[in-house]
Amino acid sequence: MSLFLTQLMNGIGNGAVYASLALALVLIFRTTGILNFAQGEMALYSTYLVWFFTDRNFPVWIAILLAMAISFVGGALIERVVIRPVEKASPLVLVIVTIGMFLAINSITQVQFGSDAKQLPRAYPGKTWLPGNVQISADTLVLVGVLVLECVVLYLILQRTKLGLAVRAVASNPESSSLLGIPVGTMLMLGWAFAAALGALAGALAVPASQPALSAASMQSILVFSFAAAALGGFDSTLGAVVGGLIVGVTQSLTTQYIHALSDIVLVVPLGLILLVLLIRPSGLFGSRRVERV
Amino acid sequence: MSRTQRTIVGLVCSVVVVAFLAALPHHYGRTNTVLWAQALYIGVAAMGLNLLTGYNGQVSIGHGAFFGLGAYTTALLMQQHGWQFIPTLLVAAPMCFAVGVAVGFPALRVKGLYLALVTLGLAVLFPDLTKHYVHVTGGTNLVSLDTQRLTPPAWVPTSVSAIGRDDQWAYYVTFGCTLLLFAGLVALVRSRFGRALVAVRDHEAAAQTAGINVAFVKVLAFALSALYAGVAGSCSVLILTQASADKVQTFQISIEFLVAVVIGGTATVLGPLVGGALVVFVQHAISATLPKHVSSTGTVGRVIANPASSPAIFGILLILFVFVLPDGLVGGVRRLWGSGRQRLLTRH
Repeated sequence: MSLFLTQLMNGIGNGAVYASLALALVLIFRTTGILNFAQGEMALYSTYLVWFFTDRNFPVWIAILLAMAISFVGGALIERVVIRPVEKASPLVLVIVTIGMFLAINSITQVQFGSDAKQLPRAYPGKTWLPGNVQISADTLVLVGVLVLECVVLYLILQRTKLGLAVRAVASNPESSSLLGIPVGTMLMLGWAFAAALGALAGALAVPASQPALSAASMQSILVFSFAAAALGGFDSTLGAVVGGLIVGVTQSLTTQYIHALSDIVLVVPLGLILLVLLIRPSGLFGSRRVERV
Repeated sequence: MSRTQRTIVGLVCSVVVVAFLAALPHHYGRTNTVLWAQALYIGVAAMGLNLLTGYNGQVSIGHGAFFGLGAYTTALLMQQHGWQFIPTLLVAAPMCFAVGVAVGFPALRVKGLYLALVTLGLAVLFPDLTKHYVHVTGGTNLVSLDTQRLTPPAWVPTSVSAIGRDDQWAYYVTFGCTLLLFAGLVALVRSRFGRALVAVRDHEAAAQTAGINVAFVKVLAFALSALYAGVAGSCSVLILTQASADKVQTFQISIEFLVAVVIGGTATVLGPLVGGALVVFVQHAISATLPKHVSSTGTVGRVIANPASSPAIFGILLILFVFVLPDGLVGGVRRLWGSGRQRLLTRH
């Protein structure tokens, strides 16, 4: 039983990482209708920035904040320079553009920071508690705490401020919002900027600090799990991203523990889940249904 | 130009191209022959993907999995069961077709970017599956062929194998598959089924009203594209002398197929072949040729000469290309010529 609960806690910790990155994916999907295949690599670059600043003896949390700020600007720039020209193009062209970004950012990261694995310093003491034989690590607590914080901040910005209202208006109907005097372009840039900053935070916390674990391939499997999370929850739902992330994280860790036949093909589980959910509810668990006019 | 003139120009061009491709391995050394063979098999897989993505509008970034399935089938049959290459195609192709049907059914429920995601999952999952089920000596999932299995079989006329290089045999096999599958594609696209593909892409409900069995068309498109990718994978075994799969590789080859379709021209017959050649030769130029001509002094030179930066150059070129020619090379040329008849088949 205690083993089960321990694995459950681990799963929730991993799930919180997937949920954070899935939140970034959802933000971009809601504002610009794009599945951003480069999200993981954007987070990778930001995480290398964190390493860069800590290497220059900045305190970790300051380094993370700096990286988030730079990513915020970078995300806005990417929207303006790369995405805006193909905004109205076919989904296929958008897939190609984000894949081009995926290749480019990954290799720019390697060129700029070198291709050897880097070690991030710990942002918090690596403690483990044992209430009733259940292992709860500080990682899990911090990851969940950060996820809750992200959700609260996003909720406050999107639902309680004029700015958030404008972002939501643009997401639901760009043309009418533009007629109302909302600067549509700026709002789209903001969507990407927030997503990039979220990705930076998720990336910095996702890479284990105990060993040199930050390499050019760090984000790729995390991105797949986050995609699974977002698809599970429904791409246009922030709540869905969080729930989806937790479901994927928990099923992943329980499968590894209990189903030995699947222990080296864990990916079967989230994919099976996505397939199941999409077959029953094509718009995901919490996504809004689209009605097609003929 | 009138229609007859266009037909004549087209005929002359195709005869020249086919003659060039047929004579190619006798004039080029191993390196270039292998490059061209790679261009051909990527073109073949892209032709199939174009059927699915260009004509039928289902985006897949997981066809590397079908490519891998074809490659593993051929490699295992040749290496462990001593088969000749061509019989393995008769196993690999139907098998990929069948798996394509199996994947095509759930794909009916999933559309657009969601489908792209599910197929991405396929590409990521496939390497794990091979690691789980393929056990070769050394405990890896790499199946490499012995040299004697790569030599052409005895019935091949000596005029072809006279020079005795196995890369020539590999090239001709790939070339033959390409011609056959290209002819099949042209016939398919012009058939009733080809029109049904386009109709389903442009408006599913309207197509259904017109009496098209939408589910049948979509699943068949998926299965056919899987078959093309599988044959391409089988051919790749002869050329690369091995079958292997890891996450980066399978994802990358899936992307290459899609890139070949898009930069060649979606929903054009020739586009994917042109795109396949572009993908292979541009990447080769960036990673092998470019660094030699850039002095590695100065910051810019150092960055370009660094092998790690070639994906960056490729990615940026890709983005610029889609900005300039969103309907691909063949589509762009066609737009310049203003050929009206083909409008029907290109998306606006």
